Amino acid sequence: MTKRQRIVVVGHGMVGHRFAQAAVERGLTETHDVVIFGEEPRAAYDRVGLTSWFGQGSEALSLLPGGEYDDPRVRLVIDSVVTEIDRVARTVTVVSPPSAVGDLLAHPGAVTVHDYDVLVLATGAAPFVPPVEGRGRSGCFVYRTIEDLEAIQAASASATSGIVIGGGLLGLEAANALVQLGLDTHVVEMAPRLMPVQLDGAAGSTLVRHVEKLGVSVHTGVLTEEIEGGDAVTGLRVRQAGTEEGAPTTTIEAQVVVFSAGIRPRDALARECDLETAPRGGVLVDEQCRTADPHVFAIGECAAPGGTMYGLVAPGYAMAEVVVDALLDGPGTFTGADMSTKLKLLGVDVASFGDAFATTEGALELTYADAVSGVYKKLVVSEDGRRLLGGILVGDASAYGILRPMVSSGLALPDNPEQLILPASSGAPMGMPDEAQVCSCNDVTKADILHAVAEQGCESVADVKQCTRAGTTCGSCVPTVKNLVEEHFASLGKVVDKGLCEHFRLTRQELFDVVAVHGYRRFDDIVEAHGTGRGCDICKPAIASILASQTSTHILEPATAELQDTNDKYLGNIQRNGTYSVVPRIPGGEITPDKLIVIGEVARDYGLYTKITGGQRIDLFGARIDQLPAIWRRLVDAGFESGHAYGKSLRTVKSCVGSTWCRYGVQDSVGLAIALELRYRGLRSPHKLKGGVSGCARECAEARGKDFGVIATEKGWNLYVGGNGGANPAHARLLAGDLDTATLVAYLDRFLMYYVRTADRLQRTSTWIEHLEGGLDRVREVVVDDSLGLGAELEAEMARHVGSYEDEWRATLEDPSKLERFVTFVNAPGTPDPTIEFTTERGQIQPIAPALIPVGAPA
Amino acid sequence: MIELAAMTTVCAVEAVPLEGGVAALVDGEAVAVFRTHAGEVFALGNVDPFSGASVLSRGIVGTRGDVPVVSSPMYKQAFDLRTGQCVDDPAVSVPSYDVAVVDGVVVVGSPREAA
Ligand code: SRM
Ligand SMILES: Cc1cc2nc3c(=O)[nH]c(=O)nc-3n(C[C@H](O)[C@H](O)[C@H](O)COP(=O)(O)OP(=O)(O)OC[C@H]3O[C@@H](n4cnc5c(N)ncnc54)[C@H](O)[C@@H]3O)c2cc1C
Ligand code: SF4
Ligand code: FES
Repeated sequence: MTKRQRIVVVGHGMVGHRFAQAAVERGLTETHDVVIFGEEPRAAYDRVGLTSWFGQGSEALSLLPGGEYDDPRVRLVIDSVVTEIDRVARTVTVVSPPSAVGDLLAHPGAVTVHDYDVLVLATGAAPFVPPVEGRGRSGCFVYRTIEDLEAIQAASASATSGIVIGGGLLGLEAANALVQLGLDTHVVEMAPRLMPVQLDGAAGSTLVRHVEKLGVSVHTGVLTEEIEGGDAVTGLRVRQAGTEEGAPTTTIEAQVVVFSAGIRPRDALARECDLETAPRGGVLVDEQCRTADPHVFAIGECAAPGGTMYGLVAPGYAMAEVVVDALLDGPGTFTGADMSTKLKLLGVDVASFGDAFATTEGALELTYADAVSGVYKKLVVSEDGRRLLGGILVGDASAYGILRPMVSSGLALPDNPEQLILPASSGAPMGMPDEAQVCSCNDVTKADILHAVAEQGCESVADVKQCTRAGTTCGSCVPTVKNLVEEHFASLGKVVDKGLCEHFRLTRQELFDVVAVHGYRRFDDIVEAHGTGRGCDICKPAIASILASQTSTHILEPATAELQDTNDKYLGNIQRNGTYSVVPRIPGGEITPDKLIVIGEVARDYGLYTKITGGQRIDLFGARIDQLPAIWRRLVDAGFESGHAYGKSLRTVKSCVGSTWCRYGVQDSVGLAIALELRYRGLRSPHKLKGGVSGCARECAEARGKDFGVIATEKGWNLYVGGNGGANPAHARLLAGDLDTATLVAYLDRFLMYYVRTADRLQRTSTWIEHLEGGLDRVREVVVDDSLGLGAELEAEMARHVGSYEDEWRATLEDPSKLERFVTFVNAPGTPDPTIEFTTERGQIQPIAPALIPVGAPA
Repeated sequence: MIELAAMTTVCAVEAVPLEGGVAALVDGEAVAVFRTHAGEVFALGNVDPFSGASVLSRGIVGTRGDVPVVSSPMYKQAFDLRTGQCVDDPAVSVPSYDVAVVDGVVVVGSPREAA
């Protein structure tokens, strides 16, 4: 038996992680142990999506949420830096934590030495900070790690303006982040245009207009002279490019400066052990990503296969796969990569792919520009006009998904290639060859996707993403993936059935619209006109909810009472023995001692089990159906009202104590939570809704675990949406920041009504946003930018809901016909249900499980 | 042949909501009485065999294909109103009862023999 080999990986970034995944998936760990040392304080995360950290936080970005691989033969050691490689002894020296480097006396025992049989360098790249005077002042940052973003966020809290040095892809992303942090933002670029590497002059100036609309001031063609200030930055002094040294300068004031002037491969470890590096940086490796030392490989941004380093993740992933293949004696090679890029900036479409600058001999350019709408498109085609070589799209990149694969697959162009960029036909369906690469980040071809739907049982875009990884990195290919999946099922004559149930072919959203357009008020009319049969436990409650959203009549009105799910039908939650629970509304969790006493008295008088819930309320369990009205009577008389623990409706708006008492609170979170709970109580929705309000960033109300969460800032409120606990927990993401209370409420009205109108049945807000084309950005367009012009209408609908709210318990108590259903037996009103029995546990009642009737034996 | 004399009077037929149900006490047993959209009246044992709770009368009445059903409010299994057979699990059924409407009043008899 041969001894197991040990692979040491230096760096747990995106590429190091992919290497480990591939090693497990392809069976390399059958013969090899893998040990990974990562310098950062956490496991690899999606650096490509780094900017979304501001809304989503670290956890959502993690590529290895538990911090450990399932395969025990792969071991990850974070917070540890490799400081030295001994190629003769085949060892690496590791210092942990990284802060101990240079201070070993203070951290005795922090140094360890580890053997390797194979060493894989995956150390990535570091931001390049040009030698500008004053770059050491506090307030200067780079944009590469989560820690960088934390520092930028903290500094922005007390800053008013910020500058990004560098107008490339990353610089624009950083600028967008500064805008979102509320800073007056400037971008300074030495070249005469933005994104000089990817865009030509015309495209660059079109982009400037878009970026300026986002609130960023763009300064192109300027040189940075000095970062001014004392300990801290106060501004940046710049001079026009092309002017003499000593020529007049101007100062842009700022308290935050972010360098984004390119990256440099982290190849120092290799240089120190005499491995060759490329002239422009990067560990020199061959087509198998092997250095001159056969035991040492380099992959990702630190590597320079054939002398070129690649600053994108897709080539890095390809290199990781190649090395795993090489270690399995496979034939894989890395011979270059697609450098196409698409900007992920909010609301600005920019893409550059293939030979964007027409450097190919004889290449021709076709351009289309519309200055009014800010669209610029350019195609670069071969001399004979038969093949697409590259292109640039600004303002409308919808054709990117079709065009980029045409470049990589060399598909013949149609006779009038300009049709591809003229507005009328943008996105015209084009047969794409099977080998066309659809997802460049993860190298997934059209054939892979078709295989996934045809052979591997994938039924949705979500399945395909999981199974092929397509669309899981930068996301720009998702629309194309979606089209392919839908085309596939359509070609099989299979309409992807989104119908509600056997009685309705319509989706919930379609039904919602049908009901609104026709003004239906009765299930009978709806099922006769648009469905079949007499409905079921799926469509009836869904229609009841739609009718409730549109008409605001009591849910137990004769037209809708029998449509309601059991909990709505009895205005309480059914329990395992057929009794009900009562959860009086306690808005925001605030309650007076007198009311607390009433709850205690009611519970005592009716012998109910009492428990504090997870939603800051008190739940009373074990009420028989015939006891409910009397219990409500007592509660209503004491000023309580229906707590919806039943119904797909608002539950609670959880609060923390906030500025009224807490020494850290910056706003009155209890006051706002109560106001929001009272505003949205009773609103019928596709799934239940929960809210939270925290008085400061410490977030004691766990607002980001709610469908809508509000967190107080010095200037107002940050609004987060799409969070939940439950089976698939999701953190709410930032929709808009620093809002005054009126704007916050307007946005929330719009958000909730948009959700009520368009979500599927039983879709929590997080899943709804995920399935919405355009995701959270789309929600923001509709809610914040009011791009559909729906804002006023959505607010008016909510106003109608708020105006017509009534306490469902009180209304029931006042209507004898509604009270009729609250009896155990119609023909023996006084007789309690004999199957309901209790025992006592810890001083309170507990149901005795009713004897189950043996299955198959009709008793 | 149904013997009216041996049957228990339950309630006026209007007291059973259309496409809904009520529970009645018949010879000490809980019986669920339902009325469909077409106005037909059915009676089943009220105990949901999947939970053991006496709750079937509170379920949603509708159809599965051509079969009139009630779905249990607890875990949503559907039962054929005509026979008590569970539509989701052939091994499970609930008793079904003779039922009639006489002069606008619902009367329920004894459980039928299982088919
Ligand atoms: C009473 C309570 C547990 C407790 O003892 O603390 C509870 C009890 C029930 N929960 Fe819950 N949940 C309770 C807090 C929670 C929380 C925590 C929270 O709200 O802070 C969660 C996770 C947070 C979330 O929802 O995002 C929670 C996630 C769920 C889920 C899973 C939802 C999901 O999206 O995955 C369900 C199932 C569902 O709604 O479909 C559920 C459903 C239920 C139901 C309604 C199940 C049912 O249909 O019978 C339970 C009956 C309540 C009753 O009889 O009164 N309960 N439930 C809590 C009531 C809070 C309140 O005052 O309203
Ligand atoms: C804001 C931003 C946006 C981006 N957008 C895109 C995009 O849209 N598309 C795209 O393709 N790419 C994009 N990129 C680039 C992409 O993130 C990188 O190409 C990718 O992360 C490279 O992976 P890597 O593993 O080589 O390097 P990294 O992800 O940087 O990982 C290297 C890791 O090694 C660690 N390390 C370094 N030296 C040592 C040592 N001596 N010991 C231990 N650990 C060490 C580092 O701390 C780091 O964690 C973006 C980058 C940023 C910052
Ligand atoms: S979130 Fe802030 S204000 Fe609210 S209780 Fe916690 S620390 Fe206090
Ligand atoms: S192209 Fe980036 S995820 Fe597919």
